[in-house]
Amino acid sequence: MSARIVVPKTYKLFIGGKFPRSESGYTYEVLGVKGQFLANAAKASRKDVRDAVVAARSAQPGFAGATAYLRGQILYRVAEVLEGRRNQFVAEIRASEGVSESAAEKQVDRAIDTWVWYAGFADKYAQVAGNGNPVSGPFFNLSTPEPTGVVVTIAPQGEKGESLLGLCAVLATILASGNSVVALAHQHQPLSAISLAEVLATSDVPGGVVNIVTGDPAELMPWLASHQDVNALDLAGAASLDWVSFEELAAETLKRVLHPVEGIPGFSLERITAFTETKTVWHTKAMG
Amino acid sequence: MTFLDYAKAPESTKILSLRDSYGLFIGGEFVDGHGSSFATISPATEETITHVAEATAHDVDLAVHSARSAYAKTWSKLSGSERGKYLFRIARLIQERSRELAVAETLDNGKPIRETRDVDIPLVAAWFFYYAGWADKLEYAGLGPNPQALGVAGQIIPWNFPLLMLAWKIAPALAAGNTVVLKPAETTPLTALLFAEICQQADLPAGVVNIVTGAGTTGAALVSHPDVNKIAFTGSTGVGRGIAKLLAGGTTNVTLELGGKGANIIFDDAAIDQAIEGIISGIFFNQGHVCCAGSRLLVQENIHDEVIQRLQSRLQTLRLGDPLDKNTDIGAVNSKAQLERIQAITDSGDAEGATRWSMACEIPTKGFWFPPTVFTDVQTSHRIARDEIFGPVLSVLTFRTPDEAVQKANNTPYGLSAGIWTEKASRMLAIADQLRAGVIWANTFNKFDPASPFGGYKESGYGREGGRHGLAGYLHSDSAKGGGR
Amino acid sequence: MASTTPVVQQTPRAHTVLGGAVTEKALHTFLDGLPGVDVVGAEARAAGFNSRSIKNESKAWGLDTIVRMVDLTTLEGADTLGKVGSLAKKAIMPDPTDPGAPHVAAVCVYGDMVEATIEALGDWHLSRRPDGIAVAAVATAFPSGRASLPVKLLDTQYAVAQGADEIDMVIDRGAFLSGKLGVVFDQIVQIKEACVRPDGSYAHLKVILETGELATLDNVRRASWLAILAGADFIKTSTGKVQPAATLPVTVTMLEVIRDWHVLTGEKIGMKPAGGIRASKDALRYLVAVAETVGEEWLTPDLFRFGASSLLNDVVLQRQKMRTGHYSGPDYVTVD
Repeated sequence: MSARIVVPKTYKLFIGGKFPRSESGYTYEVLGVKGQFLANAAKASRKDVRDAVVAARSAQPGFAGATAYLRGQILYRVAEVLEGRRNQFVAEIRASEGVSESAAEKQVDRAIDTWVWYAGFADKYAQVAGNGNPVSGPFFNLSTPEPTGVVVTIAPQGEKGESLLGLCAVLATILASGNSVVALAHQHQPLSAISLAEVLATSDVPGGVVNIVTGDPAELMPWLASHQDVNALDLAGAASLDWVSFEELAAETLKRVLHPVEGIPGFSLERITAFTETKTVWHTKAMG
Repeated sequence: MTFLDYAKAPESTKILSLRDSYGLFIGGEFVDGHGSSFATISPATEETITHVAEATAHDVDLAVHSARSAYAKTWSKLSGSERGKYLFRIARLIQERSRELAVAETLDNGKPIRETRDVDIPLVAAWFFYYAGWADKLEYAGLGPNPQALGVAGQIIPWNFPLLMLAWKIAPALAAGNTVVLKPAETTPLTALLFAEICQQADLPAGVVNIVTGAGTTGAALVSHPDVNKIAFTGSTGVGRGIAKLLAGGTTNVTLELGGKGANIIFDDAAIDQAIEGIISGIFFNQGHVCCAGSRLLVQENIHDEVIQRLQSRLQTLRLGDPLDKNTDIGAVNSKAQLERIQAITDSGDAEGATRWSMACEIPTKGFWFPPTVFTDVQTSHRIARDEIFGPVLSVLTFRTPDEAVQKANNTPYGLSAGIWTEKASRMLAIADQLRAGVIWANTFNKFDPASPFGGYKESGYGREGGRHGLAGYLHSDSAKGGGR
Repeated sequence: MASTTPVVQQTPRAHTVLGGAVTEKALHTFLDGLPGVDVVGAEARAAGFNSRSIKNESKAWGLDTIVRMVDLTTLEGADTLGKVGSLAKKAIMPDPTDPGAPHVAAVCVYGDMVEATIEALGDWHLSRRPDGIAVAAVATAFPSGRASLPVKLLDTQYAVAQGADEIDMVIDRGAFLSGKLGVVFDQIVQIKEACVRPDGSYAHLKVILETGELATLDNVRRASWLAILAGADFIKTSTGKVQPAATLPVTVTMLEVIRDWHVLTGEKIGMKPAGGIRASKDALRYLVAVAETVGEEWLTPDLFRFGASSLLNDVVLQRQKMRTGHYSGPDYVTVD
């Protein structure tokens, strides 16, 4: 009795709501924890990330212009669809990280819960981080946080427990306020990232709002850090890279930069507001 | 037949599968009450929809027990995230069953299907979605690092927006960690009972939500129950006053959302066509059964005649009739009692010398109906200028200067809402500063959002519902047990 | 600085509202003093029309009325005698499966296609029968309007001489947006004069505001008043060559001006939304907007037209469905 011949999935990039191969044609081998061949992942080039930034910029105004309620609904939908596909993710995590079934389940649980937490803050953080200001004079004065624009992020790259959850943690934070994002996936365990892209593509996330590339962060980051149409860098997973040089490159256009963190960033209002700009509006008040 | 006769476009009631009678929803199940049952009717046709139980004091006691037990054993032991997930589920179920709920609400309340479908039910879902997200973020609510739930909340809601008022009460209460016993109005229990079914579909732990149907005595039993930590009441100022007196000196946390006599202020530089729409939605939306209705029109004297003429022309395009018809704008008055109240006060308007104008329309033979009505030549001392009518009746007064507009607008024991229509933003902001009203709409009216706090000044009550502020009524910031005011 | 020198020609209408001389300054004072339009409120009102449900007898009457109101249009560089001929036949018999269907109001073409269109309409042209089909010509350097006034006048005179029953002109949007209201006014007055025929009658004038370029509803309101004061018989939203073309909020804003003018003077001005109305559902909403804003008396081709090409086929499909009871398909309507 022979085993069924499976149809292995092809793992491509996720840019502009579509799944292209790298324009360079390059791929790299993704191996499991026992050294077994899992897949050939697309090896993104500088042109791919350039295209990703274009897609992100183009999609951002529409996403920021949607109501916060709608953004919350979209993030919640991501959680719903991810929940429905949990078995696929558990299997991919086990193959990539070599962890037990219960550990993989826990990671998927936490990933789903991350989307739910940020979904629930999308239409609220402005009430906590913004406010009216009691200025001295006959003026209405209101401060509100607005999304900064296009954010580049490196997902956490740890050996165990981070291949799905790390990416979810950075993405949900950035999206909650209405930014768009170019994300560099876990370099050696990228499968969950592309499967997550499939979830995003079917969850009412407008094309281009999230772009996920697989490949070598050390090679790609200098292009992104110096890109003049990127507004912020989230270096969450960059601890083992030459991240100081990225911050120096980013300084050219005064990008907002978040330093690397250890492990998975927790639920955090500060990480939402790190990618927002506070706008303060004045208006005269007079009875005449 | 003219084109404007728009052939009938009725929404079908086939979507409903109602029982012949409903019990009380206690401990996660429908149980028989110990009292009698009463019918709920359609105010448009006077036909019986179904029968519901009249909860006795004993039934109320059982419900409170159930809520207490659920609080102590289950709900307070769940994390905020877990509570939030239940609320997200409820929100989704409401979205899924939205057409059914809209039809049921229209049938039981008498308001047009366009309003329940396009306004009420979407807001209900949004309210649950919004508060679901707060459940695990209470440390951000501005009430300290570790705010605590109050315990068991008794909630009494009115008949004008039955399911929406239920959402305004239950969503924040549950998000904050409380359990509830809710009494819907006696003329509109239907959607609350369907909501109970939704709680079952969401697998909400038994006893977290309890629904006790009934009238005044049921409400009184709930308000005076010794094991309730919080009373939230929306209804008339008269009843609210009674509750405040009853609970004076005690530890029960009380929030009240009461009546209003909102002033809709139109300046001569207003965007006039949109202002006319705003006047109409201010007082004729929901047949004027709105606590925050713009029931007083304060129009700048130099444009009075033009505004009245435009208003009357526009009113003639409204349709009064079968609430289930998708083209109906004005539905039925919720009950005979309410209709009689409206008639009594408007009769006083005639007697006191105001000039009455009503939209010309055919009134159906069965059901309770009152045509949109505008009173001009109204003095500030007239009953129709001071008393809340709670019907589709607009009282028109004039003003000459912004200061006079503010003075007249504030000259009322109520303080729930106001509208300002002007294209001059500096003036709008200055007037908004001076109006003693909890909700101020500028160049719009009757807009609601779960993120936006709502509530009154003065005799319109205290406490806010909606927004971050809406959590304050269901939490206290120190870890000691027991509520406060 | 707005000048106080009188513009070329008074019109009786302008005199009604301005009193004295029609000057640049007087036009500014009047038009800038009109009430503003709150866009959020205007869009909400338009959405209210969208939620009207039109069924059965109302829908059947509505669909027939829409057909009767269509200005069937082709305005392409590639237009030929063959193309306009085919369109004219369609104007006469829109539904190949129902000879009893009404015919359209007009065929709308470029000035140099007028003669061929009239010939193709034959006995169905307005000149041969009073309930016939009119020929409307776009003129005045349509669609941009960027040409000298003499050229625009010549363009108009030529179309009228060729036999056009109606002229659809464009206003000078550059002049409007830079505050030269007197220039816009003058041009309309002169184009109107250019519509005169040897027998003293006038071709009927529609004034296209190109609302997509005017951008704000405040401007739409002002331009509507301006066009009416200068002598428009109809005010029209767009050329159809610029996005956005007709929208319901813009149409309602223009209808409100028509309503206010009627209240002021008793005179009825017509209205034509053009471009972007492709589905019967949308066209029915426009009828609702007309009925509820200015009144049912405007639901006639004399006072309301749709500038459309693909709309007609969708209406025909809907009519077929109402007649036969089942959904129709593109094989049952004609390519024009």
